[in-house]
Amino acid sequence: MAEEVKSPAPPPPPEGEKKPAAEKPAAAAAPVAPAKPAAPAGPVPVPWTSPLVEKYRSQYGSGLDAQTYLGQNYLTVDRSLIPDILRLLRDEEQFDYCVDITAVHYPKREKQFDVLWILYSFPRNERVRVKTQIADGASIPSSVPIWPTANWLEREVYDMFGIKFDGHPDLKRILLPDGWKGHPLRKDYGILQQDQEWVQINLGIESGQ
Amino acid sequence: MSPRTNDSANLDLETREKPYLDSNELIINMGPQHPATHGVLRVILKLDGEKVLGTECVIGYLHRGVEKIAENRTYTMFNPYVDRMDYVAAVSNGLGYCEAVEKLMNVEAPARAKYIRVILTELNRIASHQLWLGTHALDIGAMTPLFYTFRDREEILKIFEKYCGARLTTHAFRIGGCQYETYAGFEKDVKNFLSFVAPKIDEYETLLTTNRIWLERTKNVGVISAADAIALGVTGPVLRASGVKWDLRKAQPYAAYSEFDFEIPIGTNGDTYDRYLVRMAEIRQSLRIIEQAVNGIPEGPIMAKVPKVIKPPVGEIYHSIEAPKGELGYFIVSDGSTQPYRLRVRPPSFVNLQALDVMVRGLLVADVVAVIGTLDIVLGEVDR
Repeated sequence: MAEEVKSPAPPPPPEGEKKPAAEKPAAAAAPVAPAKPAAPAGPVPVPWTSPLVEKYRSQYGSGLDAQTYLGQNYLTVDRSLIPDILRLLRDEEQFDYCVDITAVHYPKREKQFDVLWILYSFPRNERVRVKTQIADGASIPSSVPIWPTANWLEREVYDMFGIKFDGHPDLKRILLPDGWKGHPLRKDYGILQQDQEWVQINLGIESGQ
Repeated sequence: MSPRTNDSANLDLETREKPYLDSNELIINMGPQHPATHGVLRVILKLDGEKVLGTECVIGYLHRGVEKIAENRTYTMFNPYVDRMDYVAAVSNGLGYCEAVEKLMNVEAPARAKYIRVILTELNRIASHQLWLGTHALDIGAMTPLFYTFRDREEILKIFEKYCGARLTTHAFRIGGCQYETYAGFEKDVKNFLSFVAPKIDEYETLLTTNRIWLERTKNVGVISAADAIALGVTGPVLRASGVKWDLRKAQPYAAYSEFDFEIPIGTNGDTYDRYLVRMAEIRQSLRIIEQAVNGIPEGPIMAKVPKVIKPPVGEIYHSIEAPKGELGYFIVSDGSTQPYRLRVRPPSFVNLQALDVMVRGLLVADVVAVIGTLDIVLGEVDR
């Protein structure tokens, strides 16, 4: 573990190749090294200010939070505002291309899921991420009426996380078989876990492992 | 012929409500084992005689759970896995992944590494387009281009093999730069390849561009308008053939692309023929980029200063590159440990395949084959 070369110094000096190896024994010799637990070495999110944010903040107030991390902007939005904000971003701010929809599972949180929309605007050449938190079992309005591309992307989120999208034209599994039980990208789904029953009935084998 | 009963029950084509009064209406299965579906893609077609009324794609046959695997591997261990998604353009996948992690760690690869990356990625783009051309033409009925393109693609694979020992799943890059210095004679090999392949591209074009059969099979087939393409999230050559001049290498330059001079070829009609022309023009632009890069490789280190144990700070990042098929993005959430907390791949083939239904409605069954080919999907990437 000795090699804790934290890396906030971006441009590497040209002699970079050898140096870490030379430093290593010295760092290992000094017993001071382990005394840095989880210092936030990296950059931290800073508030994102732009005319776009100002406009919506005055409209929606505390339901909306805008930040920038590593030069990427994101909006954290209250779940109830989701359809409005997404539609406004497309209609008024020209975010005409929905790059991706995905989710992240945090099992220890009360609202277990982060749902994310990654948007891009061709006229502005700009990206923005919209994030919201929802509880397990809660559903979220579908954005298929806003961007048709959301169809398969939402189906994948449903397949992998079990998040339901209200108003989706055909919400069913996309990558896993229709009868499968469980949603594999949830944190409580083990990497070797599978739906044994489905495997036995449909493949006629004892186990897929 | 007909799909299993439980599948047709799911088919969203209003077949269940209507009794089969019109005996011409027919549901047939194409794939998953079908030579023209480029892997294990199953398309359920609803037909009126030869005319396609609607389609539904059934995918997931190659699903390996790449995103789940990522959560259980360290950043370094996951690197080779990305090569297995789009296995005909493994170098692009590696570039996107390494750059995303580098961005998250706030590290930048040295200039020399960036140039090596550009050369290999563009070579891979040519190889991918060559493979696409050969198989696409074969699907439509022209067998000769297959032999020509595979013969020439071999020269690219030889360069890859000499550089890193692997031909397809190359694992050429590392987080922070490149693992290998160029071998002696690398630049000569690349320059030889450039002068070798330029006349070959003309050769492919003499076979197809004005070929009467090719024109009849591709002109006005699978048309998608620019507005539809944007709404459906289609990217890459398919989007550009519809007339949208957008390429991530220009729009949001990464690696060393801002230093090179090249054009973005676009089409006008958004049909299969235009997509063919766009990809042929892209090969020529890639040759231009490689030529500039190989003549200007700077000296210096090939690895940035990165710790042996990759531990990005807590945070999240989205980074995307222009892969041969379109926008390939990685969204990574780090919790400060050695393994990604969540890694999402935004696969271009998956999103582009969604446009199939819009593109084939009203066409003939034989055109479905042409449109699947022109979308240039790789099922390893669709299913991950």
